[in-house]
Amino acid sequence: MKKIDTKANFDDPDGFYSELVDLYGGRSPDEVGLINARLILLLSNHIGDIDIVREAFAIATSQLDIEAFTPHAPTP
Amino acid sequence: MPRVNPIYSYKASPDQFADKPTHHPVIIVGAGPAGLCTAVDLALQGIKSLVLDDNNTVSVGSRAICFAKRTLEICDRYKVADRMLAKGVSWQVGRVFWRDELIYNFDLLPESEHKMPAFINLQQYYFEEYFVDRCEQLEEVEIRWLSRVSNIRIDDAAVYIDVSTEGGTYSLSCDYLLAADGANSSVRQSLGLAFRGQIFEDHFLIADIVMHSDFPVERRFWFDASFHPGKSTLLHKQPDNLWRIDFQLGQDADPELENRPDNVIARVDKMFGDEKLDYDLEWSSVYTFCCRKLDSFIHQKRVIFIGDSAHQVSPFGARGGNGAIQAVDNLSWKLAAVLGQSAPSRLLYSYDQERQCAARENITCSTRSTDFMTPKNTMSEFFQFAVLSLAKDYPFARSLVNSGRLSTPSVYSKSLLNTQDRDDFSPLMRPGSPCADAPVMLGGESKWLLDFLGNRFVCILYIKKGFKNIIKKLYIATQKSQHMEFLLVTPTACPLNFTENIPIIYLQDNTGLVRSRYDLCEGSVYLIRPDQHVCARWRCIDSEQIIEAQRRALGYFLPENHEKNRY
Repeated sequence: MKKIDTKANFDDPDGFYSELVDLYGGRSPDEVGLINARLILLLSNHIGDIDIVREAFAIATSQLDIEAFTPHAPTP
Repeated sequence: MPRVNPIYSYKASPDQFADKPTHHPVIIVGAGPAGLCTAVDLALQGIKSLVLDDNNTVSVGSRAICFAKRTLEICDRYKVADRMLAKGVSWQVGRVFWRDELIYNFDLLPESEHKMPAFINLQQYYFEEYFVDRCEQLEEVEIRWLSRVSNIRIDDAAVYIDVSTEGGTYSLSCDYLLAADGANSSVRQSLGLAFRGQIFEDHFLIADIVMHSDFPVERRFWFDASFHPGKSTLLHKQPDNLWRIDFQLGQDADPELENRPDNVIARVDKMFGDEKLDYDLEWSSVYTFCCRKLDSFIHQKRVIFIGDSAHQVSPFGARGGNGAIQAVDNLSWKLAAVLGQSAPSRLLYSYDQERQCAARENITCSTRSTDFMTPKNTMSEFFQFAVLSLAKDYPFARSLVNSGRLSTPSVYSKSLLNTQDRDDFSPLMRPGSPCADAPVMLGGESKWLLDFLGNRFVCILYIKKGFKNIIKKLYIATQKSQHMEFLLVTPTACPLNFTENIPIIYLQDNTGLVRSRYDLCEGSVYLIRPDQHVCARWRCIDSEQIIEAQRRALGYFLPENHEKNRY
């Protein structure tokens, strides 16, 4: 079974992060929801390996630590 | 002209006037698809049965309409498939619309070189009528109409029931009572058995319309159409220019109001908009559905549940009717073997084991379709919209659109009746699989492989060169068993020259499809159960193993105590 690759893969991680965050600038919550859904579908299908996708599901949903998460940024 | 169902009349039976209750080996409650098919299957294996139905006709309304390939293959074993195919219709092209835009077409393109098509659409009332006719040809089957079963008692020796008719009430006993009396099974209710699962709140309206105008034979599915906003709509064709329309109505619909003919017609008119179609409404119904099943399909060793009485699924994916026929296929040979004393009675528990797995699979598949069509929460609404919005341009998203999948049969991979693969084979046709069909030749005539399988165990040997000693050894082994037939499959046209005068059926694999579909090479052997499922296969075999595999498939190695060995 292949394992999810969690080492740093981008040549320019700061550039990727900035482009990702920019996707959502000025978007309504519904737009954000749809963009997220479309992104997840596109990227999951590209990975195309249910074991890896499942591992990502597991990491993403474990140790959410939701109490510690209190957003402070102003709404766009 | 609206369709008129046949009426079957009540006839008094000598059992009513007998001094003491007449005993029957098998009594089947319910003359629906599951009950009628069971009676036919048992008859083909030499077992008599009595079918009791509280009504006097076939299904009202079209109900189960999609009969998938495996079901057609089973019905071909029952010698009813020809009539079904002659009447049924099929479509190849499906169209999926989203908010009035065609987002994609799909073509079923079924694998060629199978006797049966991928599926047909046929109203349940035709299916039942053909099976009533088939039962009438079989002297092992007796159907008593307008006969209601009550007062069920079970002991170690038999099941006892009362039968109420217009001519009075009488008692009967039987070895096995088969409850094929539908989702609201009175047998299940009277025994107080829990029917657990998930109830769905969403209402659906079914309308059967007779179309007098020309209309293309294709399946159409709409998500969020302007004529039916926010909900799904499905249209598909049945014989006699009858079209089935399914409107999703949502949780808050008023079933009575929605089912009023003027409201149904208003919906259909709106759907066809400007097309000005000439049609008549034949039947409509508003329903909700459940996905639930019994914890065990066998109660106190003698009452066995088949079809909707045992397990109920959502209608999307056609797994109710098809699942019921596959359950019949699974149960009948086992019951026949037990009654014919060629298998221990614990073989019947493998019906529960194999079909519990199948029921879970059917519930999972049909629930997934339902969940795609009816998003459960905000995020699944986002994902449904995301999938549909990507589907027009990106093929991967089309594969995620779930508007109901074609019903496929269960593979009994985990069955305790299987002999696990010891040799290296492709996973297709692994033990537990229903046999794939393929064209063959018999004495220069074109036939189908499945025509030679079923109703008894069959041992298939694939051989190119025809080493006489292997053939003879296996033949002798199969002859030691009463219920096994030996089938030779060869790629060559000319018969192997048997000097021994062995009466072997040999089939020519003239297209090579038997070899490729079953991953055969010189000396490969398959053992096939009476329900056309693989139970063992070997690259090279000695005769002891085949006898042992058959004994395993007949339940001799199953644990004695089923309850302690739940899977």
